Amino acid sequence: MIEILNLYKAFGTQMVLNNLNLAVRRGETKAVIGRSGVGKSVLLKNIVGLIKPDSGSIKINGVEVTNLNEKAYDKLRMEIGMVFQGGALFDSMNVGENVAFVLDEFMNLDKKTVRDRVADALALVGLKDVQHMMPSQLSGGMKKRVSLARVLCMEPQIILYDEPTSEVDPITAAAINHLIIELRDKLKVTSIVVTHDMNSAYQVADSIAMFYRGQVIADGTPQDIRNSTHPVVQQFIHGQADGPITEDESLIFGHIK
Amino acid sequence: MLNLVFKTGAATNSLIRYIGQLTILWSQTVVLALTPSFKGRRSLIQANRIGPGSFIISALVAFFVGMIIALQMAYQMVQLSAEIYIPKIISVALTRELAPVLTALIVAGRIGAGIAAEIGSMTVTEQVDALKAFAVNPVKYLVVPRFLGLIVMLPVLTMLSDIIGIWGGYIICVYKLHISHEMFWKMVFSALAMKDIITGLVKTIFFGMIIAIVGCHQGLNVHGGAEGVGKATTAAVVRSFILIIMTDCLITFIFYFLLNV
Ligand SMILES: Nc1ncnc2c1ncn2[C@@H]1O[C@H](COP(=O)(O)OP(=O)(O)OP(=O)(O)O)[C@@H](O)[C@H]1O
Ligand SMILES: [Mg+2]
Repeated sequence: MIEILNLYKAFGTQMVLNNLNLAVRRGETKAVIGRSGVGKSVLLKNIVGLIKPDSGSIKINGVEVTNLNEKAYDKLRMEIGMVFQGGALFDSMNVGENVAFVLDEFMNLDKKTVRDRVADALALVGLKDVQHMMPSQLSGGMKKRVSLARVLCMEPQIILYDEPTSEVDPITAAAINHLIIELRDKLKVTSIVVTHDMNSAYQVADSIAMFYRGQVIADGTPQDIRNSTHPVVQQFIHGQADGPITEDESLIFGHIK
Repeated sequence: MLNLVFKTGAATNSLIRYIGQLTILWSQTVVLALTPSFKGRRSLIQANRIGPGSFIISALVAFFVGMIIALQMAYQMVQLSAEIYIPKIISVALTRELAPVLTALIVAGRIGAGIAAEIGSMTVTEQVDALKAFAVNPVKYLVVPRFLGLIVMLPVLTMLSDIIGIWGGYIICVYKLHISHEMFWKMVFSALAMKDIITGLVKTIFFGMIIAIVGCHQGLNVHGGAEGVGKATTAAVVRSFILIIMTDCLITFIFYFLLNV
């Protein structure tokens, strides 16, 4: 369970999160949508403590984490898996070592068990026999999937996905959506899925939250979001170049003078 | 005029802050190096990267420096017919001062830059964030092995440079100045005391710490992509050079005035 109250974060003079509120129930999959640069990744980084908020509260499983010491936070982090937007694979290690990272680091398992669990995790994301490859030899989508496999290997209770289906082909995207749903149904994983892909959001999410100008402007079931009359939400989910969002920023896209 | 005062003030302020940051990273590293779990393999990998690769260059430099000192000394000493003292000067100058400092500067250029670039690119590609997200302390994982690797390998490299530098001097003394083989070594060993070698090696432990901490600090604090990594790499080398020379002066001071060695 994740509860975010009045979270505020600015970088210098640039305000990113402006008293943002968001709650994710245990076992729920929450999709977070919003324009590029609204602070979706910043929110995820606040949750795992990579960025400290200026003010506000974040509670994970009832524990206030914004003023938690590193040791206690690390204990909590063992239960949280984060799939970074860019993959963030360790480029000095091959794929097998990357996926086995948490097992090697924290568990004393024999080599065969590790090898099997790595292969299982890779199979879940549709990859086979890539263990010996280096991250620099992988395509963007493969990196994303290896990064997901690395998180699955640690069997977390909470998974934060930063655009899991960007950069992958439609078939793989569908498989990843399916995987996210299965993780919720079978392993009761709580997750936040940041995505631009509305199809994916509708499919995987129990509820969808839309970010705009540092706040959640709409939060509800996929059905609620579809039927929302909020013009900003409408423009976003239908992907229109003209509308309140672009007017607001006095941006004119796609018009050549 | 007032402007100048302000500028000096600001520069001093940022220098003190920088030294403070280095000290914090240093103490974190030392504490984490002494707390379990210990992963010796990682330090070995780092030591292996540092040692063999730097050996050829530092040996080559030491060899030529040994020859150069011999020649420069000969220029003066021959006039006094005192060339017999050249072996003494070579061995003392090399072990106490030149081998430690030159080896440290070479390693700072080769390894310090490499550390800053490697950790810097890990920082910009969020690999350092990923470590934290997996509950792994980046200082323990990245800094400690490099730190240990350097404080072990730098004295070893320096010791080898000591030996090779003296052989460089040997070539000039024996073949050019016609000091006999026996005489050369007799003079070297009569001059060299254990304390000369030890003080030289003690310095290198500090130099090793400087190279590791400055390189890692630059790498962990990179901002802004590839350009940031480049800047961090340059800064790591420049700052280590300055800190090595300053520390050398300070330690020599302490050895000479306080400990009389
Ligand atoms: N470490 C940082 N320092 C300064 N500014 C930052 C930092 N991280 C993010 N920002 C700023 O915060 C804003 C939100 O960034 P964020 O990465 O969260 O966007 P996003 O919603 O994830 O966008 P996208 O969908 O493109 O990934 C951006 O304007 C960015 O410039
Ligand atoms: Mg993002």
